[in-house]
Amino acid sequence: MVSVVYEAPDSIQDAVKLLATSKVKANVLAGGTDLLVQMRGQHEPRLIVDVKKIASMMAANVSADGVALGPAVPSAELSARDDIKAIFPGLVEAAYLIGSTQVQGRCSVGGNLCNSSPAADTIPALIANRAQCVIEGPDGERTVAVEDFVTGVQRNCMTKGELLTMIKLPQPAPRTSDAYLRFIPRTEMDIAVAGAGVSITLGEDGTCTDARVAIGAVAVTALLVPEAAAALIGSKLDDAALQAAADAASAASKPITDRRGTIEYRKHVVGVLVKRAAKIAAERAGG
Amino acid sequence: MSEAQDYKYIGQRTIRPDGYDKVTGRANYAADLALPNMIWGKVLRSPHAHAKIKSIDTSAAEAHPDVFAVATHADIPNQRNPGALNILAKDKALYHGHAVAAVAARTEQAAEEALGLIKVDYEVLTPVMNLDDAMAPNAPLIHDQLFTNGLPEKPSKPSNVASRMEMSKGDIEAGFKEADIVIEREFRTPTVHQGYIEPHACTVRYDADGQSMIWCSTQGHFDVRGSTANMLNIEHSKLKVIASEIGGGFGGKTTVYIEPVAMILSRKSGRPVKIQMDRDEVFKGSGPASATRNKVKIGARKDGTITAMEAHLYYESGAFPGAAPLGPGCMTIFTPYDVENQYVEGFDVVVNKPKVAAYRAPGAPQSEFACEMVINELADELGIDPIDFRLKNAAKEDTQTLYGPKLKAVGLVECLEAAKSSPHYQSALEQGVGRGVAAGFWFNIGGVSSVIINMNPDGTGTVLEGSPDIGGSRASMQMMAAEELQLPIETFTTIIPDTAHLAHNDTTGGSRTTFATGMAVIEAAADVVRQFKERAAAVWNVTPEQVQWTDGVAINANGEDKMTAAEICANAGRTGGQITGRGNINARGAGPSFGVHIADIKVDRETGKADVVRYTAIQDAGKAIHPSYVEGQYQGGAAQGIGWSMNEEYIYNKDGLLENPGFLDYRIPLASDLPMIETIIVEVPNSFHPYGVRGVGETGIIPPLAACGTAVSKSIGIRMTELPLSPPRILKAIQEAS
Ligand SMILES: Cc1cc2nc3c(=O)[nH]c(=O)nc-3n(C[C@H](O)[C@H](O)[C@H](O)COP(=O)(O)OP(=O)(O)OC[C@H]3O[C@@H](n4cnc5c(N)ncnc54)[C@H](O)[C@@H]3O)c2cc1C
Repeated sequence: MVSVVYEAPDSIQDAVKLLATSKVKANVLAGGTDLLVQMRGQHEPRLIVDVKKIASMMAANVSADGVALGPAVPSAELSARDDIKAIFPGLVEAAYLIGSTQVQGRCSVGGNLCNSSPAADTIPALIANRAQCVIEGPDGERTVAVEDFVTGVQRNCMTKGELLTMIKLPQPAPRTSDAYLRFIPRTEMDIAVAGAGVSITLGEDGTCTDARVAIGAVAVTALLVPEAAAALIGSKLDDAALQAAADAASAASKPITDRRGTIEYRKHVVGVLVKRAAKIAAERAGG
Repeated sequence: MSEAQDYKYIGQRTIRPDGYDKVTGRANYAADLALPNMIWGKVLRSPHAHAKIKSIDTSAAEAHPDVFAVATHADIPNQRNPGALNILAKDKALYHGHAVAAVAARTEQAAEEALGLIKVDYEVLTPVMNLDDAMAPNAPLIHDQLFTNGLPEKPSKPSNVASRMEMSKGDIEAGFKEADIVIEREFRTPTVHQGYIEPHACTVRYDADGQSMIWCSTQGHFDVRGSTANMLNIEHSKLKVIASEIGGGFGGKTTVYIEPVAMILSRKSGRPVKIQMDRDEVFKGSGPASATRNKVKIGARKDGTITAMEAHLYYESGAFPGAAPLGPGCMTIFTPYDVENQYVEGFDVVVNKPKVAAYRAPGAPQSEFACEMVINELADELGIDPIDFRLKNAAKEDTQTLYGPKLKAVGLVECLEAAKSSPHYQSALEQGVGRGVAAGFWFNIGGVSSVIINMNPDGTGTVLEGSPDIGGSRASMQMMAAEELQLPIETFTTIIPDTAHLAHNDTTGGSRTTFATGMAVIEAAADVVRQFKERAAAVWNVTPEQVQWTDGVAINANGEDKMTAAEICANAGRTGGQITGRGNINARGAGPSFGVHIADIKVDRETGKADVVRYTAIQDAGKAIHPSYVEGQYQGGAAQGIGWSMNEEYIYNKDGLLENPGFLDYRIPLASDLPMIETIIVEVPNSFHPYGVRGVGETGIIPPLAACGTAVSKSIGIRMTELPLSPPRILKAIQEAS
């Protein structure tokens, strides 16, 4: 008989211990909207460590430092948090784009990040907002910038026994806001053909003083594109600057042709998304 | 238009009788039946698009401790059955997903493991994946003995072209000479699937005494019996097929895939066997609709009179010659037009894809798409409104069709007029929005239906009909029985019993059920009325002719006596036995249904994404028995046609392997992708049906292709010729044009 063992510890220490000492394949379970789908038709023994009983994994706290986001907080809860939406509307939008109403009740930003799909919607938004990943494991705690967290298709920097325990979003400078846009051929329930997360900081006169641009679904991992940000910084986000950012994003992208889109199409569309997301973020930052 | 006030019960929007079961989850679908000692069947499918099967070694699978039976083509008793080669492949795997062998084991997991133990020695061959490659001079041959049928002389060499057909009337050359303007274009449509939500599944039992049973999801359980019985040499009386509740079919459930396989496995193992396809198998192993390449040439005079219409149609058949609905494609293409000179040539071509199956108005959407696109372009060139252009040339009563009969009274002109005066067509277009109009024609069919109405001692009645209900027909049958007997609708319950309880019924398809099975219900109800009169006459000691049946009551014409249905039924045992009405008919005179659709589409010029912002479907129902169901058919057809136009397609890689066998990447429209689809029911009665009914189920999928194709073309100012109009295709067209 194949056995799947389910554990739901209430502390990070217990979770780390379970993961580190497991003799069979061990998986962290947050919302399960990736994990349970991936387990279908697989019959090997495994340990499932549900982290939803750990209070800090399910809490999101806003302070002067920014937002400390528990990785397992479901999207539906995040979308209901006006205090977080006020600071990071783009990130909340990205989390809201995941799946359907049913999926929203379960799926989490942490799960999205740890699943490490090239098309994950929240990752570009996290990168644009300078998110830091707090990882705990048998050897203690470490912090990794989100753009360094994902290392390949469904691969990340965590090793055996480690889990993501917190996503830290630093408090942005005044007159800063973000936006996330993705392209899918339908209106919902689809996987991004391309995605773009942009954070914009405006000076008093409306000049862009800082920017972060990240793109998704157009390379093995989501990419931070400093060249696109550079094209925006110092400009008033006029058409020429926006187009230069778009072109930089297209140039930085390394997409593939598959059933969801061609190389040419993805390169073009990711630029369009950067342009549009930058505009929305700037409107929000100025407002 | 017929007058609703003539009828007491039909034409109402009653609550659907199957609603409660479906909403509460009580309805039993194909996968819901489990039997004691049941085991699980699984099918091994070809990982190659085109390969010789050199050998199949099943010994290791048979040795698996949990395996009860293994089946290959060699286990099919009647290998001459035309469907046998698709059920389990013989010498060649002809498409990615072609069934090659099957096992039955104690658990699903064991069955899956056992599939991995079957060793198939394949010699992989070059796949032939589209019409161009199939017809190229040195194309690899899918069948080395396939010689094109229908050519003036038998060809000297085999090819991938299975057959050619031709139809003509008038003088096509002369017609084009008369024209002031001639437009010729070539169009392509992709391989698409019906996309029914419920996968194929069956539970099958073959007993030691030779009795057998199939429970499955099908549009025609009598045909499941017929084909399985033939393939397995079983007498019809020994095979009972039960149609489960059905979660969509759209033509895709008019054939068998897993039922004969499960029967073979049950016969070998002595256990009931259940087979359930997963979604991947449905896409790979069932029957999609033909991909096509169609060239259309139409000529017209300056005044808008069409003088000649010509088409050359190429339909993919999948890997099996003759499967393409080429005939209907050729026959329907020009029927909306009363034009003397018409010529159509069609080719059926084999490729390494699944055997094509029926899909809502099989064959018509593809060919009519090509025609309607050219009609719209001609209207633009002539500076005539596209509806006026169609009105000027519209087919009507007595129009000679290309395929044979003259049309009886039909509703195309009425649909065009309704479209023209619709709020949608009258509305102004916003900047950047394109509008497309297209007409559609489908014949509809009649056929064999067998109905019994059993009257119960309390005066209620049970209607037994043999047409699986995929579109709400149980409600319509109940209403027609009520109308004929002048008894309240709730008097009747409609059920669809198994094949042992009724004589043969043709499959639910061709939009035949409300028309043909409805006529059988009316006949059975009339039979009940006749017996009611006889029984009342016997009690009153008069002749049946002296009894009238009025408002659901027998009235003695000579006096004041009245007798209700409940009184007659309560007394039936004493007046000659219980009362059963019978209606076994072959319905003739199916009335064609014409439709006209209007689509407004806005294209995002930077991404190529097209949004349908407004949509209206107008169609002739003859008489709408249950208007809500009729509107549902119009909306469903439109939604599927929009999907076909915008995003749906089978995507194959260079090795001929299907890359998108699931709803994530085979993109049918979601509810949020569509506007509310507005509907207008036109009613031009069909004189062959007592209430004027025409079938309505299929026509609605035809006009969307050209309505959307035209709307997109207008939005971007570029004439599009290939479906689907997916964002990359539209963007590419925009970029190439600028
Ligand atoms: C119908 C449907 C639609 C979807 N649509 C989208 C979409 O539009 N966009 C999109 O990006 N995704 C989509 N997804 C994928 C999925 O819902 C998201 O990736 C979601 O965010 C995953 O979150 P979860 O909490 O359910 O993760 P889980 O499934 O619980 O976990 C995902 C992976 O991360 C690991 N993991 C989770 N939490 C931790 C942790 N704290 N530490 C270490 N490892 C961890 C798990 O072991 C697992 O490998 C869709 C999925 C479905 C089923």
